[in-house]
Amino acid sequence: MTSLLIINGTVLDQQGERKADVAVADGSIVAVGADLRRDPSFAEAIVLEADGCIVSPGFVDLHVHLREPGREDAETIETGSRAAALGGFTAVVAMPNTEPPQDSLPTIEFVRSQAIRAGLCEVSPAGCITLGRAGEQLAPLGELAAAGVTLFTDDGNGVQDPALMRRALEYAKPLGITLAQHCEVASLTKGAVMHEGSCCSHLGLPGWPSIAEELMVHRDIELCRLTGAAVHFLHLSTVRSVELVRAAKAAGLPVTAEATPHHFTLTDEMLRGFDAVYKVNPPLRTIDDIEAIKQGLRDGTIDAIATDHAPHPPEAKEAPLDQAPPGMLGLETALALALCELDMPLADVIAALSWKPAAIARLDARHGRPVAVGEPANLAVFDPTAEWTVIPSKLASKSRNTPYAGRTLRGKVRHTIFAGTAVVIDGVAQR
Amino acid sequence: MKHLLDIGHLGAAQIHHLLDLTDHMVEINQRPMPKVPALRGKTVVNLFFEDSTRTRTSFDTAARRLSADVMNFAVSSSSVNKGESLRDTIETITAMGVDAFVVRHASSGAPQQITKWTTASIVNAGDGWHQHPTQALLDCYTIRTRLGRTTGFDGLHIAIVGDIAHSRVARSNVQAFTALGARVTLVAPPTLLPADITGWPVAVSHHLDALIGEADVVYLLRMQRERMRDALVPSLREYTTLYGLTPARAARLQPHALVMHPGPMNRGVEMAVDPAELPGSTVLHQVTNGVAVRMAVLFELLGSGSEMTTDAVATAGTPETGTRS
Amino acid sequence: MAGQTSGGPRLVMSADDVRRAITRIGHEIVEHNHGVEGVVLVGLQRGGVWIAQQLQASIARIDAAAHEAAGPVEVPLGTLDVSFYRDDVGLRPIVPGSVTDIPVTLDGAHVVLVDDVLFTGRTVRAALDALNDHGRPHTVQLAVIVDRGHRELPIRPDYIGKNLPTSRHENVSVTVDGVELA
Repeated sequence: MTSLLIINGTVLDQQGERKADVAVADGSIVAVGADLRRDPSFAEAIVLEADGCIVSPGFVDLHVHLREPGREDAETIETGSRAAALGGFTAVVAMPNTEPPQDSLPTIEFVRSQAIRAGLCEVSPAGCITLGRAGEQLAPLGELAAAGVTLFTDDGNGVQDPALMRRALEYAKPLGITLAQHCEVASLTKGAVMHEGSCCSHLGLPGWPSIAEELMVHRDIELCRLTGAAVHFLHLSTVRSVELVRAAKAAGLPVTAEATPHHFTLTDEMLRGFDAVYKVNPPLRTIDDIEAIKQGLRDGTIDAIATDHAPHPPEAKEAPLDQAPPGMLGLETALALALCELDMPLADVIAALSWKPAAIARLDARHGRPVAVGEPANLAVFDPTAEWTVIPSKLASKSRNTPYAGRTLRGKVRHTIFAGTAVVIDGVAQR
Repeated sequence: MKHLLDIGHLGAAQIHHLLDLTDHMVEINQRPMPKVPALRGKTVVNLFFEDSTRTRTSFDTAARRLSADVMNFAVSSSSVNKGESLRDTIETITAMGVDAFVVRHASSGAPQQITKWTTASIVNAGDGWHQHPTQALLDCYTIRTRLGRTTGFDGLHIAIVGDIAHSRVARSNVQAFTALGARVTLVAPPTLLPADITGWPVAVSHHLDALIGEADVVYLLRMQRERMRDALVPSLREYTTLYGLTPARAARLQPHALVMHPGPMNRGVEMAVDPAELPGSTVLHQVTNGVAVRMAVLFELLGSGSEMTTDAVATAGTPETGTRS
Repeated sequence: MAGQTSGGPRLVMSADDVRRAITRIGHEIVEHNHGVEGVVLVGLQRGGVWIAQQLQASIARIDAAAHEAAGPVEVPLGTLDVSFYRDDVGLRPIVPGSVTDIPVTLDGAHVVLVDDVLFTGRTVRAALDALNDHGRPHTVQLAVIVDRGHRELPIRPDYIGKNLPTSRHENVSVTVDGVELA
């Protein structure tokens, strides 16, 4: 494999920040130090300029909808991987609400092989908790775990039946896997289009009350307490959800949580124009909820930033608000939003994007590793000051449903190194 | 004024202006030949995705009396589901040459979304639970003429009774009545009120009997059977007992009090007396005024010259002429 | 007058001049129509309404003088708002409160349209259209206090207070206090 030399950047990882060049060969980091350009063993290396940039472990997205198999009109594993790589992600967890769903080995293998063919990032397919995500019968958790699946969820829906969720947690406990929950009590959100609050009352739309999420967060914390099995909470969106997780962690329970950039940047007021690009599940909520999410990320209650990247074709998002599918793109805008909006030390932001989600997804053997000799070369090189404007047609995703269209953001990935190969150079995907 | 999408963006001045214009239209409608050439050469398309014979014929009549050409599309939502998106429908019809779309749709916000795909003016004839601006205007006109309130509604107490949460008529009327200075009380069980109305310029009561004797206007909303399935009210009978206009309540109305209803009425439910026996009933007036008000709105949008001034409070974006990405 | 730069508003007819013109026009109407039978005065909103009212009063006095035995006859008076008939619809705002009120049928009547100023003729054309919606008059005649020229349509007045050549940008205003040119 061709070797790479990343020069003039500032390395940032779990161990701190230091100015250093990084040399990569044969999939691993082979040198970290000053002035590596002078070293003759790197004379043939491809040089990647990182002046003004941070060199960090590549990011890991715990929550991405790649749509393939089944909805290739919205996104494919290839286009989604490309978007991920451009966003600085070297690994993503692919949500299982595909068609067919990821509840059997052939589908899991298919997703993996498509990702390997694309060769732009690692895709770790999540399994379903229940067969077909129907909430009735357990999916073959053990069989999928043996095939290397580490995260299981019925995302898109929550597991409604408490008895079933209890059995799932008990069964999962010895398998070394994590069950992740999309917390939504379905009977409370029938027909819901946006957050239940003053904006939806004004607009005349069915509301998604915060309590529909909080009741399930509370339930699963208690089930976690009962069973001792790990629970990961997907896309937390309310003040009270964050409080519940904070208390659970204080009590030493094995719970983790993630939040999306749109839940710490956008409120339900965005829906006043009835533009379905702002329709998402769980919905955009209030400024108080945004503050709680940010505080949760700051104090570690929320471990990871996960995009819930959810592509939909333009025609779908042009439908009337109540008919349009929920979901927003996120892979290519996550870094900039995290850098600009969170008011956290840079190292903590990168932790939430990189090594913390890597641990939750149990991908930390290869991703989120320190930038040190001998470690696998999965790296993000980004300029935290670079300004760029979000133009939907220029995004790598096959879809265009970003709520940040036209906004100028600060923070951009310059290079991404995946398994020792530069898959993004100077902001351009190499394959 | 380019579009009429909701009452919230009209101020009191604009509401009064439209009501004054309605006076002219009432006069025209009383002539042996109720027709003027004001909108000759203009094309108005009635695009009704939700069936409503009465509102559609009201708009149809209004447009024809102003000599506009009218096209009627009663699109059942299933034909749109067959593959033609809302955007395709609008762009196709616009290509035939349209000056205004009158749109009724089951989805809140659909008329507003439509403004992005056409240069025509859009009149919201009712969208989901959101707004029904021409209904609010004709209701204001009815109150204005029946109670002789041409300068405004200061001092009037208007009670809006019923399923507020699911009512586009209620949302539009709250804005219109309060803009004209009325005091508005919403009367409903807690389950039929919107989730969060802090900031609405209204009072709330759960007891109709407490204010039936002093309201100047009692505005009854339609109570639908579906609400029982969602555990919002136990039964229609209980609804009528607590919130219906029963003979006992009708007897306590002030002599001058108006009883209004947007129609169609559920007799025996919200209206448990025969409106023909209520001197204060305005139900038929509302229908008559509906044509005149809609003539005023169409004239204002298409014929008065006001669409040529920049509308600083337009809710609509400018139409996109770019191709879909 | 045409071509002169105006130094300020000029009174070209005094209040008395206007009053006398109205009286004269009243006589002319009675003479032309061989009496007042079938005559209906229709004032155009808004400038012609007060003039039509004064004409009505003036004609009643004339008629009374002619027929001492019977009481004075009031010629029917209507008002006409032509906003919805203009061919420049969309270029001017509607004036609220300008009502159309024709209290009698116009079938077979001798309608005398009354306006303050005759200019391009478009208002009168719109009025002819509007009258059509109220019946089929036997004749339609036109009375104006001032004819200021610049006709764009083949319309001519039957009764004129004064011919006043003007330039296009000048403004003519007719009130009880006289005619001002600015």
